[in-house]
Amino acid sequence: MQPNPIIGTELPRKARSGKGIFRRENLDGWLFLSVSLIGYILFRFIPIIFSFVLSFSEWNLVSGLRGIRFTGLENFIEQWSDTWFLHSLVNTFYFSVVSVPISIALSLLAAVIVNESIYFKGFVRLLLYSPHISSMVAISIVWAVLYSPSYGPINMFLQSLGISHPPGWISSSAWAMPSLIIMSIWQSVGYNMVIMLAGLQGIPRDYYEAAEVDGAGVLQRFRSITIPLMSPTLFFVMITSVIGSFQIFAQVNILTKGGPGTSTSVLVYYIYNVAFNYNRLGYANSISWVLFVMIFALTLWQWRQQKKWVHLQ
Amino acid sequence: MTKASRAILGKSILTIIMLSLSVITVMPFLWMLSTSFKLDADVFSFPIQWIPPKVTFQNYRDVWFGEIPFYHFYINSVKVTVISIAGVIATSLMAGYAFAKIQFDGKNVLFLFYLATLMFPDQTLLVPRFIFYKYLDIYNTHWALILPGMISAFGTFLMRQFFMTLPGELSESARIDGAGHFKIFFHIALPLVKPAIVSFLIFSFVWSWNDYENPLIFLSDTERFTIPLGLLTFQDENRTSYTLIMAASVCSLLPIFIIFLAGQKYFVRGIAMTGIKG
Repeated sequence: MQPNPIIGTELPRKARSGKGIFRRENLDGWLFLSVSLIGYILFRFIPIIFSFVLSFSEWNLVSGLRGIRFTGLENFIEQWSDTWFLHSLVNTFYFSVVSVPISIALSLLAAVIVNESIYFKGFVRLLLYSPHISSMVAISIVWAVLYSPSYGPINMFLQSLGISHPPGWISSSAWAMPSLIIMSIWQSVGYNMVIMLAGLQGIPRDYYEAAEVDGAGVLQRFRSITIPLMSPTLFFVMITSVIGSFQIFAQVNILTKGGPGTSTSVLVYYIYNVAFNYNRLGYANSISWVLFVMIFALTLWQWRQQKKWVHLQ
Repeated sequence: MTKASRAILGKSILTIIMLSLSVITVMPFLWMLSTSFKLDADVFSFPIQWIPPKVTFQNYRDVWFGEIPFYHFYINSVKVTVISIAGVIATSLMAGYAFAKIQFDGKNVLFLFYLATLMFPDQTLLVPRFIFYKYLDIYNTHWALILPGMISAFGTFLMRQFFMTLPGELSESARIDGAGHFKIFFHIALPLVKPAIVSFLIFSFVWSWNDYENPLIFLSDTERFTIPLGLLTFQDENRTSYTLIMAASVCSLLPIFIIFLAGQKYFVRGIAMTGIKG
């Protein structure tokens, strides 16, 4: 008897439809789920509903629950004349559009090389992976020092190479965002590489051997075997990277506070700022929902696009 | 050149490329480690002195026993991490089992709800959770970190995927012998998903230990801070000492690296698995 693929149960049909056992199954199911469900409702479901309702209101904490004033769509209209919001929106896209493709390209390259069998494979993997498991706070603190314009190691090094005016990194409005992007690429390459390695190892060696016999070069093998057969993995990495890139916060809050000017203010940082520094909770929630809708739409769009390039075996 | 020696040469060149890349990657960590043993005066000397001219352990002594209660931050982090991990593993296992192996009414709708919230970024819920915790009266307590940390839609989904792979015949015979789901869960299913438990444990440890946003918003008293927030208190003082911050950072990363080294195989397998199955 085959287990039902959707329900995954192994009970014979007869037993499942029997009334007594059916009741027992119900009880067991809800018992097993109970603690998780209570937590889920309290810490996930209620906050989501609450957040949705609040996004149509004007509220500060001081005035208490009675002070909520419903303002309809006003928050969502105000956003379009709010410079900080608009800049944060643009910056979020800027960060995402630049950091995700570079990180994916680098990690794919690294994964292919490591997969080609090198010495000290495990060691290399470990070193490349280390930034990803480290706390963002410790990382940000180190990079803040490395990036300091006048005495930081990076600029001292650049000056010793003969570059007399190295970039101001996080203190310059043109370079602050690239600084965050460099740091995030540094952090994500190892993680993406590990996922891609798993994908690469699923490709049968014979394909490459056959192609080699037919006289296909390295690049051609990469283009017509590696990429198509890796596409489901690449797709997964792309989706999770885009979602992740829309949610950067710690590095912004610790390194730049959104500045200089508005140059590194991203949506999550702005939400935090509006809620906890300006005390406008309703408005902050309305931006949260814009962020959610954007992530949702982008994921959906990528899902649709996958038909065009993702190759399923 | 023979084919074999050409292969060795190629392998060596690729190794050198990858080793240089890895060394560049860990350079910030090396700088952190070396600075943690330096005197304040030597921090910014150039060219970078990877091995300090004068090695001192005073920074570590100051971090642990100085004015800033780093020792408290550590205990707080251990407490919050251990309790939430124990909780999240238990709830994810139970819920995952229910979704995979028990046929009960309303299951599919509920599972859809769990999946849908995976799409919802945690950070967009900071404001409503802040308000909600104030009313639940758990704001500025460790419960504000522990309780929400005890459930995970991701963990539930992960565990369900693992339980689904268990063959039905195993529990079938037990059912015919009259064993209930609790018996099957504890005696048959749990021992079989140990690898999944270990990899989820490492995932949750890394996540909980490094969490910055939740403590930032839900804690206000310095004594209750966990390590990530605690690290920043070294910076708030007027006398920012880079050597102290770096020593503290090294201490904060150590447990993660140890856990990761110990469970590397499981962790990589876990990533690979979640990566492929999406």
